[in-house]
Amino acid sequence: MKLALSPEEVKFRDELRELYRTKIPAEIRDRVKYGLELSRDDIVTTHRILNANGLAVPKWPTAWGGQDWTPMQLHIWEDEMQLASVPEPLTFNAQMIGPVIAQFGSEELKQRFLPPTANLDIWWCQGFSEPDAGSDLASLRTTAVRDGDSYIVNGQKIWTTLAQYADWIFCLVRTDPGVKKQAGISLLLFDVKTPGVTIRPIKLIDGHHEVNEVFFENVRVPADQLVGEENMGWTYAKFLLGNERTGITGVGRTKVKLGVAKEYAAQIRSGSGTLLEDPVFAARIAEIENELLALELTLMRVVSNSTGDKPNPASSVLKLRGSELQQAATELLLDIAGSDALPVNTDDIASPGWAQRSGPAYLNYRKTTIYGGSSEVQRTIIASTILGL
Amino acid sequence: MDFELTDEQVMLRDTVRDLLGRAYDPEKLLKVTDTELGWSRDVWRQLAELGVLGLPFDEADGGVGAGPVETMVVMEEIGRRNAPEPLLDAVLIPGGLIARAGTAEQRQAVLPALTAGETLLAFAHAEPGTRWPATDLATTAVRDGDVYRITGVKNPVPHGDCADRLVVSATLPDGGLGLFLVAADAEGVTRTAYRTFDERRGANIEFASAAAELLGDGGDARSVVDTVTVAAQASLCAESLGAMEEALRLTTEYLKTRKQFGVTLSKFQTLTQRAANMYVSLELARSMSLYATAAVADGSADAVAASRARLQVGRSGRHIGQEAIQMHGGIGITSEYPVSHYVARLTAIARTLGGDLEHLRVLSDRVGDYTLVEF
Repeated sequence: MKLALSPEEVKFRDELRELYRTKIPAEIRDRVKYGLELSRDDIVTTHRILNANGLAVPKWPTAWGGQDWTPMQLHIWEDEMQLASVPEPLTFNAQMIGPVIAQFGSEELKQRFLPPTANLDIWWCQGFSEPDAGSDLASLRTTAVRDGDSYIVNGQKIWTTLAQYADWIFCLVRTDPGVKKQAGISLLLFDVKTPGVTIRPIKLIDGHHEVNEVFFENVRVPADQLVGEENMGWTYAKFLLGNERTGITGVGRTKVKLGVAKEYAAQIRSGSGTLLEDPVFAARIAEIENELLALELTLMRVVSNSTGDKPNPASSVLKLRGSELQQAATELLLDIAGSDALPVNTDDIASPGWAQRSGPAYLNYRKTTIYGGSSEVQRTIIASTILGL
Repeated sequence: MDFELTDEQVMLRDTVRDLLGRAYDPEKLLKVTDTELGWSRDVWRQLAELGVLGLPFDEADGGVGAGPVETMVVMEEIGRRNAPEPLLDAVLIPGGLIARAGTAEQRQAVLPALTAGETLLAFAHAEPGTRWPATDLATTAVRDGDVYRITGVKNPVPHGDCADRLVVSATLPDGGLGLFLVAADAEGVTRTAYRTFDERRGANIEFASAAAELLGDGGDARSVVDTVTVAAQASLCAESLGAMEEALRLTTEYLKTRKQFGVTLSKFQTLTQRAANMYVSLELARSMSLYATAAVADGSADAVAASRARLQVGRSGRHIGQEAIQMHGGIGITSEYPVSHYVARLTAIARTLGGDLEHLRVLSDRVGDYTLVEF
């Protein structure tokens, strides 16, 4: 048993640490660190710098820009990125559709889509969830009917993150309504500017526009934009969702939030000292930090045991607890702000900007235990696959 | 990073698991914990024969020369079977103090007999009215010719009831913490034995000018006590983990077999979701237990690392213990059914060498000193 990085891993980490902090513009990283909204440009700029340095799609096959890294190197790549407050490569491109095309797409599809996907020349969005198919994804109803060299798509998607920025959508559609619900699904790729596609924003609890509804009315999609085989979409979706995403744990990001929280707490008077010196407050920070450390060690166990053949059972803990701790950190920031959190979006008042952002951020982060497999779904997975209940 | 056991460590684990599994089914365990001693000399002899009592000690001192990982492996099995043998209280803690503070002669005089299972020790350190960690000791040592004489009250002394010799902490004449060897039957030593709520044994020990042999050269032994305490904290984490695993296993089994309203309890989602939460607690505790042991093994262990592990393991133990009973219903608090004993043991461990509150204080005192928490 040894809980330390090897000298090579330390060197790898230090190089990345340096690179992230010198190549990615400081103002973008500051926006991430202090919870300001990122523009489309911020995300594209960062993604392309990462890609130019071989850091956007390391999990892809090396033929398409991937790196032949160990699970520990991949973890370091991701963790250091979070610690440096670098916006991560666009998930829809790097983690989701890219690996699926690389694994299941035809040679033609790979040539056509993988390079622009890796460089974010195409911004993808994900067309999976529907109003009646959330956690029960296989119940989706959007149809695609073959018509000559095309599919005609009708239906609706929801919770489509950042679709307002997207160029293309990867979309699960029902191509055979007559079979078991998992069996008749296909995966289609198409341009969101295709006639018949309507994107409608959904305003969220924090006042921001982050997700959308997407409607399809007789959208004509060329049949050569089908991924793999018809009616095999469920297999591809499971592959896509099953790609180990240790980064969703968010340990590095939550660490940064706690660091920022201390920074603010040290500036606020409480009794005869600062809020940071208040024993009740200090105890609360210590508790969150300790749970975060326990989670980080659990993450390291998962990373160290990822040999590819079978996932470590502890990995199911990561999403569940990681999202809860992300929420705990935003709640802490809100509590540090206190009543200064009440005003929002107002310049030239005494309430600082970070305090004004803390309420919306807290409310927005309630999403983390819902998306990517809700906490209830995670518990069901643990109960059934690990405990045998 | 490497969180795996070596083949030898797995073999040690399996051997101890096998031994304790044969020694204790729930019925036999109840019989043994109800005796005056509260544990089995027969099992003790078998542990000695396996070398378990000598695990962390040098071969020159009659030990095996193994490390903290081996100790962890054994403590987990003790926790899993809820075995009452006082490996930590009678051997690892007091023996560790002697191994670190004692002269070569003192180590020779005590440790071989200890690892052979012939001598029992106890560490008399905690004092009435003082929370962990005890820093200012009221017990004093005074010089009397060639010996020292110790006066004071120590309580609780875990497994102090059966010890042949005691390692006693006391304030030295010139200040500082001294460690002393005292014969348990020496004049001026009064022991009052008792049972604890987890069916273990302890003693209140009063020293009235009792003759004592100074361990080592007489310098301040605070750092020795701290080092041994940190190792003991890792052992308590490992024992807790074994107990938690078994408590969750029993609960899962129960949910799968117990029927209510015509179906097994596992059909009720409220219960399976809560069982999943217990698993989350277990895995976080496992990570911290490994961390504590690895820190001891690579020499980087300190009081903060120990408190980090104890806080998480303590929280997890409380959660798993309380839920285990609740999900069993009434059977969970009966003495005949094992889950109650695991919960009692987890509860007692969480009040040994500091509880959640004390460990949280250790951590809270430092949050302003660093930006990001790192291990």
